[in-house]
Amino acid sequence: MSTDITHDATHDDHEHHDHGPAKGLMRWVTTTNHKDIGTLYLWLSFIMLLYGGSMAMIIRLELFQPGLQFVEPHFFNQMTTMHGLVMVFGAIMPAFVGLANWLVPMMIGAPDMALPRLNNWSFWILPFAFTMLASTTFMEGGAPAFGWTFYAPLSTTFAPDTTDFFIFAVHLMGISSVMGSINIIATILNMRAPGMTLMKMPLFVWTWLITAYLLIAVMPVLAGAVTMMLTDRHFGTSFFDAAGGGDPVMFQHIFWFFGHPEVYIMILPAFGVISAIVPTFARKPLFGYSSMVYATASIAILSFMVWAHHMFTVGMPVAGELYFMYATILISIPTGVKVFNWVTTMWKGSMTFETPMLFALGFIIMFTIGGFSGLMLGVAPVDTQYHDTYFVVAHFHYVLVTGALYSIIAAYYYWVPKWTGHMYNETLGKIHFWWSTIAVNVLFFPQHFVGLAGMPRRIPDYSLQFAEFNMISSLGGFAFGLAQVFFLYIVIKTIKGGAKATDKVWEGATGLEFEHLPSPPPYHSFTQAPPVK
Amino acid sequence: MRFLKLSRPGSVILAGLALWSMMPVAYAEYELNMTESVTPLGRDLYGLHMLVFWVCVVIGVVVFGAMAWSIIYHRKSKGAQAANFHESTTVEIIWTVVPLLILIGIAIPATGTLLDLEDAKTNAEVTVQVTGIQWKWKYTFVDDDVSFISSLAQSSRDVIKDPTGNENYLLEVDQPLVLPINKKIRFLFHSDDVIHAWWVPELAVKQDSIPGFINDSWTFIEEAGTYRGQCAELCGKDHGFMPIVVEAVTESEYLAWLDTKKAAAAAAASAAEQEWSMQDLLARGETVYNANCAACHGPTGAGIPGAFPAMTGSPIVIGDAAGHIDMVVNGKAGTAMAAFKGQLNDVDIAAVITYERNALGNSVGDMVQPSAIKNAR
Repeated sequence: MSTDITHDATHDDHEHHDHGPAKGLMRWVTTTNHKDIGTLYLWLSFIMLLYGGSMAMIIRLELFQPGLQFVEPHFFNQMTTMHGLVMVFGAIMPAFVGLANWLVPMMIGAPDMALPRLNNWSFWILPFAFTMLASTTFMEGGAPAFGWTFYAPLSTTFAPDTTDFFIFAVHLMGISSVMGSINIIATILNMRAPGMTLMKMPLFVWTWLITAYLLIAVMPVLAGAVTMMLTDRHFGTSFFDAAGGGDPVMFQHIFWFFGHPEVYIMILPAFGVISAIVPTFARKPLFGYSSMVYATASIAILSFMVWAHHMFTVGMPVAGELYFMYATILISIPTGVKVFNWVTTMWKGSMTFETPMLFALGFIIMFTIGGFSGLMLGVAPVDTQYHDTYFVVAHFHYVLVTGALYSIIAAYYYWVPKWTGHMYNETLGKIHFWWSTIAVNVLFFPQHFVGLAGMPRRIPDYSLQFAEFNMISSLGGFAFGLAQVFFLYIVIKTIKGGAKATDKVWEGATGLEFEHLPSPPPYHSFTQAPPVK
Repeated sequence: MRFLKLSRPGSVILAGLALWSMMPVAYAEYELNMTESVTPLGRDLYGLHMLVFWVCVVIGVVVFGAMAWSIIYHRKSKGAQAANFHESTTVEIIWTVVPLLILIGIAIPATGTLLDLEDAKTNAEVTVQVTGIQWKWKYTFVDDDVSFISSLAQSSRDVIKDPTGNENYLLEVDQPLVLPINKKIRFLFHSDDVIHAWWVPELAVKQDSIPGFINDSWTFIEEAGTYRGQCAELCGKDHGFMPIVVEAVTESEYLAWLDTKKAAAAAAASAAEQEWSMQDLLARGETVYNANCAACHGPTGAGIPGAFPAMTGSPIVIGDAAGHIDMVVNGKAGTAMAAFKGQLNDVDIAAVITYERNALGNSVGDMVQPSAIKNAR
């Protein structure tokens, strides 16, 4: 293909290239191209967002007022469980892998991912895994109904037969994540353009490198947990069955040894996205680049050592509780450093507020609010009052919806002109931001109040004192859900057309993808390594 | 015009607030902050909660204030020129060390409170064993040989489609736990099936009850009153329907209550010696069935396909009575079917088996007497 970087490739003139994409459906099935696979991941993620979101709508509908009006408790439990599983494994994680696929090669000056066929495989496992998981909804016994944390023995001795589908779906997702991570690590460590030293890499690349190591470390732990469940269910073992000498609390230790790094898997790449967007629209270099790298690494290391703060009420020895409390609140230091660096990046900048910047600013404020409630939850004695209430639900939705999801949406608006060559409609983007941001706060902020007042999480019905805030929360939920359908319209409209994006896209944009590639980039970019300053 | 342009997001927020204020206030009072406790430990927890909250508020004001300042004054539309500073080790050290000191300031009182919270054993005067069972609580007064099961009151079950006006909906039980005030009460937590968590916010107790483990926790109630709570750990289908009601009373009232419980247990034991009529067994069996069996097997005996078997036409129910008794008394290992010998007395088990065999679409025609259950134990 042409190596002329100013060559203005569009989707129509791919036939001029030697290795353009195949035609039709087979292009997507057989593709080994990082951009195609990135697109597949992002679409899968969007579909899962709408699927998981529709279950959230059912949850908020049932909780709209006291009493059981719409669904049975058993089905309600299926909804909370599947909503969590689908959003974590289907919406957030694949979206970040999709962003990594699109961006990492372009950011480090590589022609593609290091292991393209593995890349194809790690994507195409996922649709099957999620089909398998979703199909349980229509089986006798129903979908998993034991919470996305699937604590034993509720998920073993007391679970329906469909749990085996869940176990194998989790195995497939884990295999996909590990393969994807190996690919990302191999790409970053081996395929950087000459001159792209580690400490010159964009933070998105850094955060993904560290995230990939986290994934390789903990997905096998999750696989171990579900395998033990499987043998407990069918092969007579008693890992988690007290009657056979097993230990239900051990399940929680194993699960959260996976689960806590998992929450950083969902937020570290978000830090990378925000660290790219804020400097662009402040027109000022990122403040404290190296401290950002060190803070990311510190968070990753600490994330392995704090898991039992999810378990302050299981009856750990007091020394254990003290240790996990100290280690947990310590995480707020590197996380704080990141927020301080972003704010200082804005300080004395020359700021403009296009949609990606709005979502990034929304991220910083609302993720910090989620961080504050996280600090409160980390204080072990008081956690006996917060634990398993809506205060926790509010906390993790602030860090995952207005945190992780907002960063993904910000990344979409920031890079989509580069990907498609079309500018999105700025007015629609801003409407999307304000609509989402007001709705999401109406949705989740009152959940702090009902949690503090004593409403447990995962209940299909509640006493009358919680009625007002639940109704408000539900209204916010419906509005937020609708805002994402509006987002789907923006996404499709931007693919179909829009103002022509310049190569640099943003006045303050930096990085190889903006400085050395046209918008959209050719199907194969950087077949010759770009010069790195 | 410029003013109008700037205030557009503001007007949206105002409209939202106006909408909020119009929300119907049709139910009970709502609260914004943590429930205040009636125990000394609970007040410490509340103080710690407020301490960390205000620390967060102060940090929030500083960080968001700096952000707002930049957003207002360092914007390109106001002609702001970007500076180029991007590194300062001094600043990085400052904002690492200052938060560290703040955290130490939080950790010191938190450590003291945690040590206090974990000390359930010292000077405990009353010990109550709490057993979580899908989906009810069993309370055993270890020193007084009193034991009973507390489950959601029928008055809440009756209004589940529309509970408007039912003040304690889902927070009322058939038999409350009665505890004395001004005594240190130690709880021992255990579970017969899955993990539950016993939580009463005003008593500042939340502890998991876990099969195979005994956890402990404590409270010291200073004010007489009724305190309500719920199961906090997802424990299956009816997790939202296993409330806790604690009535805190003076010591003399507490001792009188213990005596009535003992008398009731003695009456139940003598009832088990008698021969019961079909009519009495069926009437009692229906109550027992609705409180203990209907959650899984359904109020009409239809069950939930794939999860919980039906009663109607079940080979065990319409088969030999001995097999049916064995299933109810000993449960079925490896499934959700509990062994009811630890939960129900002989009369209740006999009654519910008779009910299941002759109602819910079944008509076997035989009767099971309490004496048969006694022999099967």
